[in-house]
Parts: sequence; structure tokens; C-alpha cells
Amino acid sequence: MSVLSCRDVCLGYDGKTIISDLNFETDQGDYLCIAGENGSGKSTLIKAILGLIPLSSGKITTGDGVKRNEIGYLPQQTSIQRDFPASVWEIVLSGCQGGAGMRPFYSKAEKQTAEENIEKTGISAFKKRCYRELSGGQQQRVLLARALCAARKMVLLDEPVSALDPIATAEMYGLIEKLNKEDKITVIMVSHDIAAAVKYADKILHLGKTVFFGSKDEYVKSGVSFGFLPGGEVK
Amino acid sequence: MTEFISKLSLYLQYPFVRYALIVGVLIALCSSLLGVTLVLKRYSFIGDGLSHVAFGAMAIAAVLNLTNNMPLVLAVTVVCAVLLLRTGENAKIKGDAAIAMISVGALAIGYLLMNVFSKSSNLSGDVCTTLFGSTSILTLGKTEVVLCCALSALVIIVFMFFYNKIFCVTFDETFARASGVKAGLYNLIIAVVTAVIIVLAMNLVGSLLISALVIFPALSAMRVFKSFRSVTVCSAVLSVFCALSGMLISIMAGTPVGSTVVAVDIAAFAVFSLISLIKRGIAK
Ligand SMILES: Nc1ncnc2c1ncn2[C@@H]1O[C@H](COP(=O)(O)OP(=O)(O)OP(=O)(O)O)[C@@H](O)[C@H]1O
Ligand SMILES: [Mg+2]
Repeated sequence: MSVLSCRDVCLGYDGKTIISDLNFETDQGDYLCIAGENGSGKSTLIKAILGLIPLSSGKITTGDGVKRNEIGYLPQQTSIQRDFPASVWEIVLSGCQGGAGMRPFYSKAEKQTAEENIEKTGISAFKKRCYRELSGGQQQRVLLARALCAARKMVLLDEPVSALDPIATAEMYGLIEKLNKEDKITVIMVSHDIAAAVKYADKILHLGKTVFFGSKDEYVKSGVSFGFLPGGEVK
Repeated sequence: MTEFISKLSLYLQYPFVRYALIVGVLIALCSSLLGVTLVLKRYSFIGDGLSHVAFGAMAIAAVLNLTNNMPLVLAVTVVCAVLLLRTGENAKIKGDAAIAMISVGALAIGYLLMNVFSKSSNLSGDVCTTLFGSTSILTLGKTEVVLCCALSALVIIVFMFFYNKIFCVTFDETFARASGVKAGLYNLIIAVVTAVIIVLAMNLVGSLLISALVIFPALSAMRVFKSFRSVTVCSAVLSVFCALSGMLISIMAGTPVGSTVVAVDIAAFAVFSLISLIKRGIAK
């Protein structure tokens, strides 16, 4: 049984179609990478999966016991204001809110989760600092830690490494892999880094003029990846 | 100093002075609690906008010859607050423009109604009183004080109960929705509580100066503090302090209550700005 399935999904803004008749599904514990050129609708698809924008037609269903509040999300761009007074701790903890339901305060277990994710993403040093005073990459990690707090079954990452330095990028990939392999969390990641996608992911969804969905081996053979991989093929 | 204290204790013997102090402090506390959220949601002017709506509703109540206009005013204001704060990501008219529209519209229609239908000869005086709330806080009766206490208690409890959710929705509404938080519901709660506070606050400073109560403590606190919790606590404490000292000064010096409170708020903002400058200077 798949945890996420898209059936004949059409997406668009104000009547303009961006994605049409998309079909794919992911199983529990999958690592799916979404690739495609700028403007091909990757972020739009992620938002549709999260229910943030309506579908023009088709159906996206989550199954296998994955509930709406068990999905973590790392946005590509956030609407967070520059002058918002919030500490790193407050922000990471707010990732647990979806699971808290109507309960007014955070439980010990939730605080523990937040603590662990701060540890994992290497931001312990500025736990008490103000978010707006951090660098772009540091902010990215804070938001990742928040996404991990919400991700009890599945996590959707929209270009998680775009603001990171090479070392942090490698660490981030390692972290995501560990999350996927050890904690059995389904990962859906948008990335332009196809080399890394081919290295880590199980399945690849390529959006754009030609749409491709399949395992990474099929992807490399298919030639859809041409121009996205160094030399058009995997090393 | 002894003269000051004896004068103060003399005034405090009057129940209407005690009522005014209690109500003033409660309103200052409530409006500062939500002030942080409203300023951060880019709704700084919602106080102004909603108070104009309340003014419009009062005009309607006056035209209809209602003796107790509170329920009507509250209902109309709540509906408008919900409409304003509901917007979210897909809104075609964003925060500031929507508030400006509703505010100007309600003010114009309210004045028009009063002008066309009012039997009172002192129209400009009436309008002035509603807008500036010049003396009404000193004329509160016991029932109004009890009502105000009950509503404030309700607001404070709701705020504490939903504190974490309010933070979540204010900080990043998109993420909140994505992670399964009922952002719509919490926005609705924020809107209703905001409307209640504003209708309450109209008794203290009148419509035109409500924004000051919402904005100043929050902005002052944001100059110095860096986390949501510390900003919220600081703005609540600051707001109560300013309201209390402002009212005492106005009673002693015979100045208008609302304007004096706001003047103290402005002074506090100046002090906090100075502190933040000094802090930054030290950090360098
Ligand atoms: N809010 C919006 N209103 C109207 N059109 C939009 C909106 N957001 C995106 N689009 C359009 O939808 C298309 C897909 O956008 P999307 O953000 O999904 O691209 P993407 O694949 O994530 O690109 P990138 O690699 O740059 O992140 C683009 O052509 C864009 O112009
Ligand atoms: Mg994108």
C-alpha cells in the first residue's frame, strides 16, 4: 500500500495549467527525488501534496496510516518576516504544534524531540539566539530542524541544500539518508543536484517537457536526465 | 510627595476613579497581549480600522434608538475582524489595504448616518466623544466594570491557552497549515479576541487612540527583546505600567486620560529605543 499516490493530477494557477495528468506513487520508507528545470512546477506540486493549493483535477491521497499532521515541510522560500522576534528554540519547537492538537502546552516528549533535532542539525550553539540574526544557511538548518519535528512519517523538502556550504550540504544529505534508512521516514526532496539525487534516492520524478517517473537506474538510462547530470550520464 | 499621596488617596475614595484604574489596566494588558501578534501580522492599523467600524455600528445603534448598543457594536466588529484576518495566502486585497478600505468606509457611513438621522443638536461633540473617548472612562458604572473584568479575564485565558498556537500561526502560517495545524481556526480566534479587545478599549481611549495601545508596547518591547515570549511578557508589563502611570498623571494634572496614556507610551518607546541603541553600541 502506498503512503502517497497522485492520480491524474492537474495543477495550475488562475486557470493556467502547469502540470497535467501526473501519476506517481511512493511507498513507506521511499526516498523520492523531484527534479526539473526552473518553473516546471516542483514547488507547486509539493504545495499541492500538502494541501496548500487546490488541485485543478485528479486526486492526491495519503494512505497507510499517514495523517496530515505527520508530514514535515521545508519550504523553498518562506514568508517569515525579517523583523520577527523569535528564538531558534521557539521556532524548532513550533514544528511539534501539528501533533499537539488542542493541547495548549508542549509535552516533555515534544521538547525532547525538538532538542534531538537541534542536535542533529548542528544548531545547538545558537539555540537561544534570535532567528533573524542568523546567516541564510543557519536559518535553513533551523527550518529543517522544525520540519523534522513535524515529520513523524514523511518529510517534504524543497531544495534543502540551496543555501548550504559544501560541508553542510554533505552533512545534510547524510542526515536525510539517516532519517530515511534508520527512522524509516518517507523522504520527498526537490533538488537540482541530480548527481546527489541519483546517489541517494530510490525513485526519481522529473517534471518539465518530458515527464519521467521511475527508479533511478531507469532514470539514468532514459536520457531525461540529459543536461542535469555531468556529461549527461552517471559517473 | 506627601501632598501627592494625600491627593491620590482622596481621589481613590471615589469609586469612579477606582473603576477607571481597574478597567484601564485590564484593557492595556489585553491590547498589549495581542499587539505583538497584530504588529507582526502587519495588522498594526487594525485597531484603528475596527474602532471606526465600531463607530459606524454605534451610529447605526443611535439611529435605531437602541439603549444598549454594546451587543450590536460587538457583533459588527467581530464580523469585520474575521473578514480582515481570514485572508491568508490567497487574499486578493492584502492586510493594510483591506483595513484602510473598511476603516474609511465605516467612518464615512457612520458619520453620514449620524448626520442624516441624529436628533442631537451637538453632533460634532458626539462624534468627538466617540472618537476620543474623552471622559467616558470616568463615567463607568458598576455593571460595565464587571463586564469589562469578565471579558478581560476571558481574553487573558484564551491568550494563555492558545499562546503556542498563536506563535505558530503568526510566525509562519504556510508551515502551520502544511503541518496540520488548524490555522483557520486559530486565526478566527485571534480575530474574535481582537474585536472584543477593541470594543472594550474604545471605552478607555476612544477609537482614534486605540492603535497606540496595540502598537506602542509591542514595538517598544521588540526594540530590546529577541524572543517571542520575552517580547510578549515585556509588552504586557510595559503596557500596564504606562496605562497606570498615564491615568494617575491625568487624574492629578487634569489632562485628558487617553492622550496622557499614549504620551506615556511614546515616552516609553523613546526610552526602549535608547536602550537598544546603547546595547548595540556595547556589542560593537
Ligand atoms: N503564486 C503563483 N501565482 C501564479 N503563478 C505561479 C505562482 N507560483 C508559481 N507560479 C508559476 O508556476 C510555475 C511553476 O512554479 P514553481 O514554483 O512550482 O516552479 P519550480 O519547479 O519550483 O521552480 P524552481 O526550480 O525555480 O524552484 C512557474 O511558471 C511560475 O511562474
Ligand atoms: Mg521551487
